[in-house]
Amino acid sequence: MQDSKWQTLTRPLIDDNPLTLQILGICSALAVTTALDTALLMSFVVVCVLALGSGSVSLIRNQLPHSVRIIAQITIIASLVIIADQVLQAYAFELSKRLSVFVGLIITNCIVLGRAESFAMHNRFIPSVLDGIGNGLGYSLILIIVGAIREFFGKGSLLNVQILVPTSQGGGFEPLHLMLLPPSAFFIIGGIIWLIRSRRPRQVEKPEFTLRRSTETGE
Amino acid sequence: MNALLELLLLSVFLDNLALSFFLGMCTFLAVSKRVDTAFGVGLAMMFVQTVTVPVNNLIFTYLLAPGALAWAGFGDLDLSFLKLIAFIGVIAAMVQVLEMTLEFHVPRLHRAMGIFLPLITVNCAILGGSLFMVERSYSFGESVVFGFGSGLGWALAIVMFAAIRERLKYADIPDGLQGLGMNFIVAGIMSLGFLAFAGMA
Repeated sequence: MQDSKWQTLTRPLIDDNPLTLQILGICSALAVTTALDTALLMSFVVVCVLALGSGSVSLIRNQLPHSVRIIAQITIIASLVIIADQVLQAYAFELSKRLSVFVGLIITNCIVLGRAESFAMHNRFIPSVLDGIGNGLGYSLILIIVGAIREFFGKGSLLNVQILVPTSQGGGFEPLHLMLLPPSAFFIIGGIIWLIRSRRPRQVEKPEFTLRRSTETGE
Repeated sequence: MNALLELLLLSVFLDNLALSFFLGMCTFLAVSKRVDTAFGVGLAMMFVQTVTVPVNNLIFTYLLAPGALAWAGFGDLDLSFLKLIAFIGVIAAMVQVLEMTLEFHVPRLHRAMGIFLPLITVNCAILGGSLFMVERSYSFGESVVFGFGSGLGWALAIVMFAAIRERLKYADIPDGLQGLGMNFIVAGIMSLGFLAFAGMA
């Protein structure tokens, strides 16, 4: 029992990662990763919303009529996100301005609704919360890696602490402006997926068509 | 008039919801296997976006914005924190109404969009469009143009992406990149291409 709980928590980190395998929640993930601090804050909010959302859906799952379950789940998630948004505006106003609309977009982030629908509707309270935290952490892991890479190569800093001195200030580091633009997020995630799948060949998707080598055709 | 045209070009190309704000990515990656389904989703998206952004604009200006309820005697009331839940409700309702109207009056168009209409209720590009409208405080006219433009941009992006993916089936891709990995790289390259429109707007 202890073992399976541990697994619920750790499986979504790499083996069943929401971003790279389940294709959930990519929408709001990539835009907040130009710097490490926004990525960290976004991860924290998503972990909280996921854990609380999955937990509360799991608590009411037996009272919830099947036909209205989606709208009830959306309402729960939306209320949690509104609270998170208000808290951020009160205590971290500067950062919440930089996250712009993406805090609100957690509502339609398929990761929250997806986990509520596929896991919390069928499981007890504790495992649901653990599953929420686990998936949130799996999401955070990718977000933090991407955020760190983009900030480090784009500005030469981490968490706004300058590590490499750029050439404009007399140092030897030329900032890579591509890293601050949207395309780099796509490339980095693509690379991370490649890395994970070459370590875990089980996750590799089968090609729809296989090429036949010209030597095999006998021509 | 010029300003509106500029906004249209900006929302279609440079501020493309899918490729520069990563909105609607789940749908973007999931239903772009074939060009004709991608076309259906794109069409539905354009339709819903053009309707919901202006409607949400009216609701925000006359009900939720700080001081908007002055006509009812609640001048100092600020309901803007309710915008998330109000927008989701409006989007869900509008999608439902749109689906019924289309099914009744234009059944051919309804068949083309198929199951995608209800699906895009939870598409973040739709909610994102409305939230951007509030953040950038567009007027009603601007929100009509922005809604249409961003929907068109998204549709354009997904149709092009699907066309590339159809060709990719015959490519010899390394095992680890097969499928999702390659899609991200392709989307990245497309996004680079859309950035090149920066000189236009």
